[in-house]
Amino acid sequence: MNTSLPVYEARNLKVIRGGSLILNIPSLVVSEAEILVLIGPNGAGKSTLLQTLSALVKPSRGDILFRGQRIGTDIPLLEYRRRLAMVLQEPLLFDTTVYNNVASGLKIRGMKKNEIAPIVARALDRFRIAHLRDRSARTLSGGEARRASIARAFATNPEVLLMDEPFSALDPIMRETLLEDLEHVLRETRITTIFVTHDRMEALRLATRLGVMNTGEIFQTGSCDEVMNHPVNEFVASLVGVETILQGKVIRNNSTTSIISVSGKEIEAMGDAGLGEAVVLCVRPENVILSGIALASPTSVMNTFPGRVEKITPIGHYRKVQLHCGFPLTAYVANSSSSDLSLKEGTEVLASFGAKAIHVIKKGSAVDP
Amino acid sequence: MDLILEGIKKAFWLLVSFDPEVAGITFLSLKVSGTATLISLFIGISVGASVALTRFPGRRIVVSLINTGMALPPVVVGLFVTISLWRNGPLGFMGILYTPLAMIFAQAVIATPIVTGITLAAVQQLPAKLRLQILALGATRLQMLWILIKEAKLSLLAAVMAGFGGVISEVGASIMVGGNIKGYSRVLTTATVMETGRGNFDVAIALSIILLLLAYLINLVLTQVQQRERPR
Repeated sequence: MNTSLPVYEARNLKVIRGGSLILNIPSLVVSEAEILVLIGPNGAGKSTLLQTLSALVKPSRGDILFRGQRIGTDIPLLEYRRRLAMVLQEPLLFDTTVYNNVASGLKIRGMKKNEIAPIVARALDRFRIAHLRDRSARTLSGGEARRASIARAFATNPEVLLMDEPFSALDPIMRETLLEDLEHVLRETRITTIFVTHDRMEALRLATRLGVMNTGEIFQTGSCDEVMNHPVNEFVASLVGVETILQGKVIRNNSTTSIISVSGKEIEAMGDAGLGEAVVLCVRPENVILSGIALASPTSVMNTFPGRVEKITPIGHYRKVQLHCGFPLTAYVANSSSSDLSLKEGTEVLASFGAKAIHVIKKGSAVDP
Repeated sequence: MDLILEGIKKAFWLLVSFDPEVAGITFLSLKVSGTATLISLFIGISVGASVALTRFPGRRIVVSLINTGMALPPVVVGLFVTISLWRNGPLGFMGILYTPLAMIFAQAVIATPIVTGITLAAVQQLPAKLRLQILALGATRLQMLWILIKEAKLSLLAAVMAGFGGVISEVGASIMVGGNIKGYSRVLTTATVMETGRGNFDVAIALSIILLLLAYLINLVLTQVQQRERPR
């Protein structure tokens, strides 16, 4: 196995169905031991990309190289498929025992019973389902079935793991424990993984690299920090949790900052946008600080605006506070702070955010795959 | 009423006395219908699964034909098989008309569309992504087909029951291609028709009861297997 080459290299990959272009990936490289998490809404093309990479869907155009070898020509399809494992959204277990399910990939490879037994035992242990080995797969709960399907994938000791929203439809507690186990096993085994989800938190937990997909294209890939804080466009921004996306125009430039006019208000942001240039400002809700008007003290943060609370939505330990400051602004406030500020709809507050907390997207920014 | 009671008594007597003629007829019925069912399973499962798993132009027409075939009238099958096996017919060279082999042939023609249709529906009912999952596990096409058939086994047992039930109880084709020759091609259904025609209602009722009992016992065994396999 040549580990100096990328595990996957896709070039000009296109999938056309019924005359519509449903996948369009000019370039994608996946490196050894990487956990690439692709997020995107339903219909973004995430599953199609996984199925194309696993050679279950034939690309209409383009090439996929697996460790430098063209799939289906340099490397036979069956041999390639036996080097990877795929976990789909539904567990799709066979109508037999959990043991037989976990062993199924090994049986398909023609392994002997005595060789299979220790491998299956290890996979069952790894995902804490050893006590279920003789149970019929049809009697498992949703979480147990997911564990069995993931154990089945790991049992074949794949070089690549492709996971298509494996935790969807699980309750939060089940999801959390399973995610924790998977995270542990992935870090331990260092299997190259492509994981598809539409859950941001899941993505951030697992990813060594994050990708954002929509309409069959990868809009951006990068480290979690890069994608979360420096989205390339408004779609990526909204998908990675930027709640405040404002349209503005540069009216002044200082040495390192620009003054941007948004609905008649002036916002200072870091950046090098040209004078008069139309820009989009992205402010993450956790970077907005609220304070009471009466308690307001001079602050070094330039962007401070009085505003009125329009809506408060509880989200666990936090509250999502939507304000109107002449422009819409959203902040996350800890429940305790919310009580201290006596926040309720109609309350007048001061909202502040630093110039560095703003990500500026120049209008018409090029898509960076 | 007396007639029925007399028939039941006669059946009981024929069974316990192990009447050699009745035993021979029963054995031949089982042999002919059992063999025909096996042939239909081999062809029906292969064709049904293949049609369920492939997309090709005119597929809907093929599926409609299979579904229509599930209601093939045995006399129509009997007529066409007789013509085919007739001395001057396309299969006349085989020289098997009025033999148990011809009856197996005709009954296989009746049972095959039933097994094909049920297999088609059973495989189509499996989750669409199951195929992807099996292939992603590294299966060859043949391994995938085998796993899918195993996954549809409960429905396929129903296909066995329906196929066997269809042929053990048919009379039209068997009489036409087998000729109801005593000691050679006489089966339970053809014997029942003959005895009824002769006015021997007690014997006819006895044969019917044996036929019903036979069908019940075989279906009981298959049902046991099916229900044991049912997800708990």
